[in-house]
Amino acid sequence: MQPLELSAIDLVTAIRQGDVPAVQVAEAFLDRIAKVDGVIHAFLHVDRTAALERAADIDARRKAGKPLGPLAGLPVAVKDALCTADQPTTCASKMLAGYRPPYDAEVVARLRAADAVIVGKTNMDEFAMGGSNENSAFGPVHNPWDVSRAPGGSSGGSAACVAADMAPVAIGSDTGGSIRQPAGLCGITGLKPTYGRVSRRGLVAFASSLDQIGPMTRSAADAALVMEAIAGHDPGDATSLANAVPPYASLLEQPLTGLRIGRVAEHFGPGLDPEVAHGVEEAFAAFKAAGATIHDVELPHAKYGIATYYLVAPCEASSNLARYDGAHYGHRAEPGRGHHSSGAPTGGFESPLVEMYCRSRAEGFGPEVKRRIMLGTYALSSGYYDAYYAKALRVRRLIRQDYLDAFREVDLIGGPVSPTPAFPLGEKTNDPLAMYLVDMYTVGTNLAGIGGISFPCGFTKGGLPIGFQLQGPALSEPLLLRAADRYQRLTDWHRRRPKLPA
Amino acid sequence: MTTSSATAEPFITVIGLEVHVQLLTRTKLFCGCSTKFGSPPNTQVCPTCLGLPGSLPVMNRHAFDLAVRAALALDCTIAPFTKWDRKNYFYPDLPKGYQISQYDLPFSSDGCLEVVDSKGAFARKVGIIRVHLEEDAGKSMHDEAAGTGDSRIDLNRAGTPLCEIVSQPDLRSPQEARAWLNELKLLLVYLGVSDCNMQEGSLRVDANVNLHIPQPDGRIAKTPIVEIKNMNSFRSVERALTYEAARQWEEWQATKEEMGKKPKQTRGWDDPAGLTRPQRQKEESSDYRYFPEPDLVPVTVSEADVAAARAAMGEPPTVLRKALEATWKISAYDADVLVNQGRDLVGYFEDLATRVGEGKVASNWMQQDVLRTLNERGGTIADFPVRPEQVADIIARIAKGDFDTSRGREIFAEVLASGRAVDDVVAGMGIAAVSDDDLVALCRELLAANPKIVADVKGGKEQAAAGLIGQAKKKNPNANPGKVRQICLDLIKAMG
Repeated sequence: MQPLELSAIDLVTAIRQGDVPAVQVAEAFLDRIAKVDGVIHAFLHVDRTAALERAADIDARRKAGKPLGPLAGLPVAVKDALCTADQPTTCASKMLAGYRPPYDAEVVARLRAADAVIVGKTNMDEFAMGGSNENSAFGPVHNPWDVSRAPGGSSGGSAACVAADMAPVAIGSDTGGSIRQPAGLCGITGLKPTYGRVSRRGLVAFASSLDQIGPMTRSAADAALVMEAIAGHDPGDATSLANAVPPYASLLEQPLTGLRIGRVAEHFGPGLDPEVAHGVEEAFAAFKAAGATIHDVELPHAKYGIATYYLVAPCEASSNLARYDGAHYGHRAEPGRGHHSSGAPTGGFESPLVEMYCRSRAEGFGPEVKRRIMLGTYALSSGYYDAYYAKALRVRRLIRQDYLDAFREVDLIGGPVSPTPAFPLGEKTNDPLAMYLVDMYTVGTNLAGIGGISFPCGFTKGGLPIGFQLQGPALSEPLLLRAADRYQRLTDWHRRRPKLPA
Repeated sequence: MTTSSATAEPFITVIGLEVHVQLLTRTKLFCGCSTKFGSPPNTQVCPTCLGLPGSLPVMNRHAFDLAVRAALALDCTIAPFTKWDRKNYFYPDLPKGYQISQYDLPFSSDGCLEVVDSKGAFARKVGIIRVHLEEDAGKSMHDEAAGTGDSRIDLNRAGTPLCEIVSQPDLRSPQEARAWLNELKLLLVYLGVSDCNMQEGSLRVDANVNLHIPQPDGRIAKTPIVEIKNMNSFRSVERALTYEAARQWEEWQATKEEMGKKPKQTRGWDDPAGLTRPQRQKEESSDYRYFPEPDLVPVTVSEADVAAARAAMGEPPTVLRKALEATWKISAYDADVLVNQGRDLVGYFEDLATRVGEGKVASNWMQQDVLRTLNERGGTIADFPVRPEQVADIIARIAKGDFDTSRGREIFAEVLASGRAVDDVVAGMGIAAVSDDDLVALCRELLAANPKIVADVKGGKEQAAAGLIGQAKKKNPNANPGKVRQICLDLIKAMG
């Protein structure tokens, strides 16, 4: 039995039945990491010893006839934005290099309670700010389908490690597309659940009203399995939803007959790569063949999504990232030693404290994080608040209303995940605005607080994955997963694997 | 009404107060850490109040309910919908870089608290602009030795629930300000909302003050508003305001500068030096970049919630004062003295008055004996060694004529000092009722020995009999002076 080739569902079944020991499964994936991650750089931290110990414990418990959790022995990679008490949590920032949280994120705790084996922490854009993973302070991730290209972001490490068989399941976070877009560019399945469906406690905050954790897997069925373990109310997160968690995996069996999928004409406007457009249209056709009906719907305010997102998210980020000031933890600049690497002037600070603040933040944050902190600070300043932040909140309500209106006519909305397939590393790094546009199809989901899923629907002639996105109303995860699963029963795009140098 | 000083001064002092009180909750506003005062630094902390990455706040509903109770007692309107906002600024005792507070939708607004001087010097209804809830910051301890020492941060206090009460500028003298603060503190302690201990920082006051100066042309000139900080007692508040009013008057005479576009000046009170000094503004104080706190959901307050808070309120001091006056027929002044000592002392008084059956007598004993000795000894009425039933016993025996009031006071003092029962003390002091026969015999003896006094009394100077009472007390300390006087007068009258 070759564990690397099994789905998450088959892996947990095999381990539970004793067909394969959890240790052997863990070793297979850890060996794969050791073999290919030198090229991909999906991981910032791998804890081989702890993972093997954990797997051995599960095997021992199985042999002793003790009960096992629903994810027993399943290797899971976790984005480095989620706190882990036994591993560093850096958010791919120099600011938090070496930082070890004293507690597990709620999702990590739930994974452990389900007996998953956490293999390591995945690379990402610094503080989840970016769409290519090039904003990691520890170096970019390479797309397994073409290592000269970006894997997308910000959960690029999580996407790449699943695509390259280094883990069957990864956990990502999605603030404006950070699960769905890298999943699309890496040819895997990524679910951004409804806001509040999965606890944010222990997820290092980027934009609190938009952040949501979700599974990144090889298939929708695997995502359903993971969702059953991580979703649910957490009294420690005031924004978490109290609704009962449905049995996502068993709900997959219901047929799609009568499903109404919306198609937004604007999604096929300028900027969309023709090969991506073709792949997406093929997917619509496949859904139609499976019994769904396709309807034109309008999202009149979708064109303001990027502008709105790039006010709301930086405003919240400017406040959320204020705590990284060098005073309590994280990077602190050494006092008064002349010029520092960023070239910011020294001297002229009003106090040693202010100098410590300024220099710690100047040194600890990368350029994109600084850019967003400045954007947010500016937009929240007195005299600008109404023109920027308050107006963005009003547009956000309109965007949410657009979705509510559309979902009166259709059950789900389909379309592209990202305007292009994976782009070459370095292509957009000097053009932040071009980089921001990679989120144009995904930010609406977060602004509306609803759910979205992306999965592969074809490949370009150059062999790069094309992603399809479905968006659904609040708490429509059962339907999103079921639709994606039905599609994956009819197609095999999600089974394709990149050829990596041996 | 005006204060006596205001009539002498060519200006009106206009004062508004901002009071922060820590709420009496066991745990913090947004996490489960203890709020206990005085623990070793940084021992009552968790990821949330330390502001660690990924931590989230969850509102302590009990703190919110306590705050609603306080706002109701301050006659405020309770908003049915309120939200939290972030107030952003950098300071080492603020670990998240923002304080969770309330900005444009405080949970309550538009109330008032009246302060009436029981001596009649002033009565002032002071408007409350708003009461809102926020989290406290930690404490910075600066080692200022040679200016080189490190600063240390204690985050035990970070996240403690804090109620901010902002008054209208309705106060008109430093004395009124102090009296109003006393009344506010009394109210909050009565409500069980806060212990208002200024030494432990559970009550903090900032004052805004300026002068309104009538001009010859009828216009009112207003001096620039100054905010005074660093006042550590109500006495300091009164002193600082008095100083600041005088300083502004001098400055006005020198500069004629009026309230204008310049931002409000902040001055710190230097208590030992007895003056205010300009304070450097916090770097970002001009722009806190408030925005709605996305980690918390808005709070809804139903009518049932308000009713529950009202039910938990009990009798506030103003109501209690009137109730004591009416029930026990005591003066407004007496009721004020008793109520100002707190709910427990009022309970003691009510117990005593019920046993004695007479409010005025009970009130006199409370003020002259219980309160006086309590103040001398320190401590609280709850552990005061002489219990109401004992005081009532002493008063009853005085009424019966066992001994006089001054003797009763001695017994009270001895019960207090020895902790013994009243009976024991009475017996130990050789106090026993003197029979009427013995008293008559004693009086006859005295009259025989004091022909001069007898003659004076016969001549119409009844007050001369007082000399006999002193002598009677010397011969028998248990002799009742009233009875001695009456018997002597009767005997002299009988002599013809």
